[in-house]
Order: sequence, then structure tokens, then C-alpha cells
Amino acid sequence: MIRTPLRPLARILSARARGENPDSIERENIRLRQEKTRDRDRARAEGRLLLLGIAFTMAFTVIGGRMGLLAATEPSEPRTAASGAQILAGRADLTDRNGRILATNLLTHSLYAQPKDMIDPARVAGELARIFPDLDAKLLLARFTDGRSFMWVRRKLSPEQMQAVHDIGDPGLLFGPREMRLYPNGRLAAHVLGGASFGTEGVHSAEVIGTAGIEKYLDAQLRDPALEGKPVALSLDLTVQATTQEVLEAGMKMMNAKGAAAILLDVHTGEILSLVSLPDFDPNDRPQALLKGDPADSPLFNRAVQGVYELGSTFKIFAAAQALDLGLLESSSMVDANAPMVWGKHRIKEFENRNYGPLLSVRDVIVKSSNVGVANIALMIGAARQQDFLKSLGFFGPTQVELVEAAGAKPLIPKRWTDIVTITASYGHGMSASPMHLAAAYATIANGGKAVRPTLLRVDRPQDNPRVMSNDTAVKAIDMLRGVVTEGTASLGDVEGYQVAGKTGTADKPKATGGYYHDKVINTFASLFPAGDPKYVLIVTLDEPVETTGPVPRRTAGWTAVPVAAEITRRVAPLLGIRPIIEPAAADAVTLIRN
Amino acid sequence: MRPILYALSFLAVMGLAFWAYRENYATQKSLRHVEELQAEISTLREALAVQRAEWAYLNRPDRLRELSTINFDRLGLFPLEPTQFGQIGMVSYPLPPTLAPDGTPDGPGTAGQSGTPSDPDAPDSDSAKAEGTITPQEEQVP
Repeated sequence: MIRTPLRPLARILSARARGENPDSIERENIRLRQEKTRDRDRARAEGRLLLLGIAFTMAFTVIGGRMGLLAATEPSEPRTAASGAQILAGRADLTDRNGRILATNLLTHSLYAQPKDMIDPARVAGELARIFPDLDAKLLLARFTDGRSFMWVRRKLSPEQMQAVHDIGDPGLLFGPREMRLYPNGRLAAHVLGGASFGTEGVHSAEVIGTAGIEKYLDAQLRDPALEGKPVALSLDLTVQATTQEVLEAGMKMMNAKGAAAILLDVHTGEILSLVSLPDFDPNDRPQALLKGDPADSPLFNRAVQGVYELGSTFKIFAAAQALDLGLLESSSMVDANAPMVWGKHRIKEFENRNYGPLLSVRDVIVKSSNVGVANIALMIGAARQQDFLKSLGFFGPTQVELVEAAGAKPLIPKRWTDIVTITASYGHGMSASPMHLAAAYATIANGGKAVRPTLLRVDRPQDNPRVMSNDTAVKAIDMLRGVVTEGTASLGDVEGYQVAGKTGTADKPKATGGYYHDKVINTFASLFPAGDPKYVLIVTLDEPVETTGPVPRRTAGWTAVPVAAEITRRVAPLLGIRPIIEPAAADAVTLIRN
Repeated sequence: MRPILYALSFLAVMGLAFWAYRENYATQKSLRHVEELQAEISTLREALAVQRAEWAYLNRPDRLRELSTINFDRLGLFPLEPTQFGQIGMVSYPLPPTLAPDGTPDGPGTAGQSGTPSDPDAPDSDSAKAEGTITPQEEQVP
């Protein structure tokens, strides 16, 4: 670039000769130079703006064109996509913790009719009634001939039925594919699984929706296409569940009970390994809910989660543990246990009007299950602190188990927490809770004092919840519970090698009209094992049991719920892989059992 | 020069058109094949689901329990009990090689060496077993 000098010598000399100011020439030149620079910059900026404008226009044109194309064309599946990417519309399977199927889908067919295409409605009605005995030929014929153009005949068909209908050969009978929910294990874990039915129905497909239990609770997750039908693993163990159910059913019959429930809980992870409620039902053919009467009489009623009962003496350990935790007492401290105790107009009595007093150590209060002793401990603690403690154990709200029924089972808590409520609540009367609440509370003790939230989904790590009581207190409480089994009311519950610790509870059933029955009880045994290093909590509840082998019918938990729980422990603990803490029997002892 | 260039470009267009024609049909064929495969995969998936359901149904605990009760004579299966846990000490340790009745060590290395020279004796011991004599076995016991 050639730079024009600002002060060209020739022009300056001539200007000087003319007597002009040569500086004006320099200023003029500077002005010209600046103008040139400005023009160049403007041209460059304009060029850039143009380029940018073109780029934006092209980009928006492409996007707009693509949008228009997408809007105008028919949607189609990407045919070349890999097979794994396809959308699976099916409901996800439910499996147990080891991947064994608890609920799956099966493709069947539904049968519908288009009477306008039907050639011989009378014959079709007769044939259908022959294949499906519950259909009425006359009613069918009336429906086929009343001018309607569409009707459902059956929701689900077996392949044999489908073939038989096919053989009728009428063009007015048509089949539509149906995904059907199948529970291959039948009645096993029925209350956990709940059941499923059809939601919105079309000819070509139907929604499968959960109607109860975990199927309803996890409905959105199970139907979520984004999860691609990935099976959901529950915490249940099929083998343990089957064994528990078998033993509990036998025990319920032997003890002449109306109903029974059992919960087996892993105390570290909070996983429910087994949840049985009897009587049960087949989720493949879920019975209708009762429209009147007590819902608890229906087999659909989940006693373990929905059944809110006064759980009796199983509550005593909470008062004792709290007193130890607050430092009010030691397990060897003596408390007043002089029965009967009079409080206002109430008389607190012991079982069969015994008297364990006048003084009893805290450990013996639990071991002998003294109502008066524990009432005095509760009075020492006071109403406010007792409420706080029971609240931290989860007794004041519904459990958070993954079942729709759980949210509705709120514990029954008296509105005013008077002193007499403090006394009765300490031995499990006056307030009601479900066996699941009790399982969570006992798991808290077994877990070294840290709260445990029971869950039905498989988790792989221990829970880390806030501490409710100190580890030291928990160890002492477990020692007391072990005492109940070795020397107290639950002596039938000792399973050799498994160091069962637990507490019995016998509560009279409340009458609907007020007051209590004297010959109807709820028996509960809350246990944990092995006491040295607790791993599992087992709750067994029997409804109206009576043990009749003796001369007098016996209704205490020690004679009914405890032996059943012991048998469950004996059968289930080896399945859980716990080695008995004994020398194994000699080989010929095994042969003896066989003979 | 120019006519040759025209001819070459014409040939190139023809060649490319032929290539595009073939590619088009090859792609359509592959797409049909993929569709067939996907249909097959979905039927197989369905069959797999049915078989899984059937497997679960046949292996349901109720049925297995009944079967083990019915076949107790043959199987002799008991429910798992605490007494069935053993200790590692109860498993017998592999015994050291013992001496065979004829005094030769009963190891795998020596058996081949002693076998070859005593071949003539072998038929004798076989015939002794065939006759039903139990003496060799009795000797082995201590």
C-alpha cells in the first residue's frame, strides 16, 4: 500500500511561496486518510452482516423445511433401527429377589361379536353356551338380535376355547389379541402382588392396570415404556415365602385360628423377605371385595399391613428400652410391681390376677411380662417422652411399605394422651398398630437402635436412618428379649442353634359395641434371631387362636403364636443361610428322623 | 478431445445410474429382510415369555413340594433343616495312596510299570472274580 505523505514537500513549498499555512494541507490529508479507513471498515462490516444473514436464513429454512416435512408425512417406525430400540408396550414383570417370576404377561385372545355379520345367530348362541357353561344361550341370542353392531363375549380365552370358537365358523365372531397378567405361583404372596385387570379396552389391545397391592402402587413404573419392560425385583424370597406360608397355614389350622399373618424382615436393609396373610386368595382370579360387613373377613384383607390391632405385651419392651436409654433405670434396677395397681378408677391387673411384686427388676418385668411393672416404668418416663419415642419408632403414622393398602392403615391413637393411656399403651392396649409397624419397631431394636423402614423392593445396601436409641440400650433390650425365650413366657419359641429372642403379646379383641371379648384374642409373637448378631425379625400374629390339647383351652401367645413362630424360624433360618450355633448332629441322628 | 470427454461423462452417468439402481434394490431387499427378522424376533420373544411363564408355573413351590412328596421313595428329599449344616472338618480329607494287596504301591505311576510284566497273571485274577470269589476284596478291607 502506498501511503500518501501528510506533508508533500512540493505542495508545502508552493503553499509557502503563496504565503498560505502549510498545516492546512496536513489537516486535509489526515481527513482524507480517515475517510478512507472508515469506508473500508463499513464495507467489511456490511459484508459480514450479509454473510451472517445468509447463514441464518439457510439454517431457519432447513429447520422449517424439516418441520414441515415431519408434519406432512405419515409417521412410520424406523425400519432399520436395531431390534433393542423398539418400544415394548407390555407391563413389566415382577420377580422375587433371585429373579424368579412372580408376575408376568401372557398373550391370549379376547372374543367379540359383530352380530350384523352373523349368519346364524341362534346356532352361534347355542354353540357359545355349550363352550362357556356360564353363558346363557337365550340371553346371548337376545343380544345378538337387538340390532347392536358390536359386543364383547369374553375378555380372555384359553387356546382350547379359542379353537372351539373358531370351529363354530361364523364370520360374526372375531378375536382380538390380549395381554393377560399371570401369577404363576398362584396364592403365594397374593397380598403383596394384589392383582391386575383391564383398563381402557379396544379391539386390538387393552391396558393392563394394577388393582391392588404392589401392582397398583408401582402401576406407573411397571407401565413406563421408557423402562423397556425391565423386570422389577421385589425383596421377597420365593422359597422363604412358600415355607412361611406352608408352616403358618398348618399352624393356623392347628391353633384353630380365624386368620394369621407373618412378616420376616431383614433388619439391616429393611427388606421384607416374606409377608403372609391368611386366609389368602388367587390373584389370577381375584375375588370381589365385600360390599357389607367387616372388610377384615374378606380374604382380600391383608392382616399384616391393613390389620390394625392392639398388639398387647409386645409393646412392653419399648417402655423398658426407653427407660434404659434415658438413663432412668438399669436392667437390674428394681421397680414396683405390686398388683393390682389402682390408678384413678382403673385397676391394672396381671395375667390371671397373679402378683409378681412387690419389687421386680426391669429385666424380670419383661421376662415375666408384668403389666404393673411396665406401667410404673411408663409413669416414670411420662406421657410426652413416651409419645415422642413411639413416634420415632413409627407408631403414629401409616407404614411406608410399597403397597396401596399401607397408606390407609393408620394406627389408632387416642386423641387425648392421659396418664391412663400412658399406662395402657406401655403394655400395648389403648392404641392399635399393624404387625408391620411392630416389625419395623423390633427391627429398630435389632438394628442397634437405628430406625428401619420396611420395604418390598430389593435394595443392596443397609439403610442409614436416624438413631432412635443407643446401641448399648438396644443390646440390653435384646438381652431381655432373649430372657423371655430362655426363661419367660416364650419358652416354646427357643429354636436350638438360632438364639431366638422375642416377646409374646396376648390382647383381647375389642367388641364393635365397646368393651372386650374374653374368649377372642389376638396373639402375637415378635421375635428376632440370632440374638448375638440379629439379622432377621419375625412377627407372627394369630387371630382368635385357641390351643385345645390341654384340659383347658389355652389362648395365650406362648401356647399359640410362639410354637408356630418357632417352627417358621427352624425351617426358614437354614434357607436364609444362617448356620446354627451348635455342634451338628451325628450322621446317624439324621437317619433316625427318616425312620 | 471434447467428444471423448462427452462420451466418458455419458458412460460415467450410465454407470452411476446402474449402480444407484442396484443399490436401491439391494437396500429394499435388506429392509425387507430386517422386517422379517424383527417379526421373527418378536414371535420368538413372545414364545420366550410364554416359556418363562410356563417354567415359573411348573416350578411353583406348591407343585415342587407335591412332587417331592409323591417321589419320596426315589428321591428321599427333606426340607432343609438346621442339622444339615456341616463343618469343614466333617469332610474327609483325600486319603494317602494305600498299598495294593500284592504289595505294590497303588499309585498311577507305578501301576503301568507293574502291569506290563505281570500280564500273564492278569487273566487269572479276572477269572477269579468271574468265579465269584470274594477273597481279593476281603484282603483290601484292612
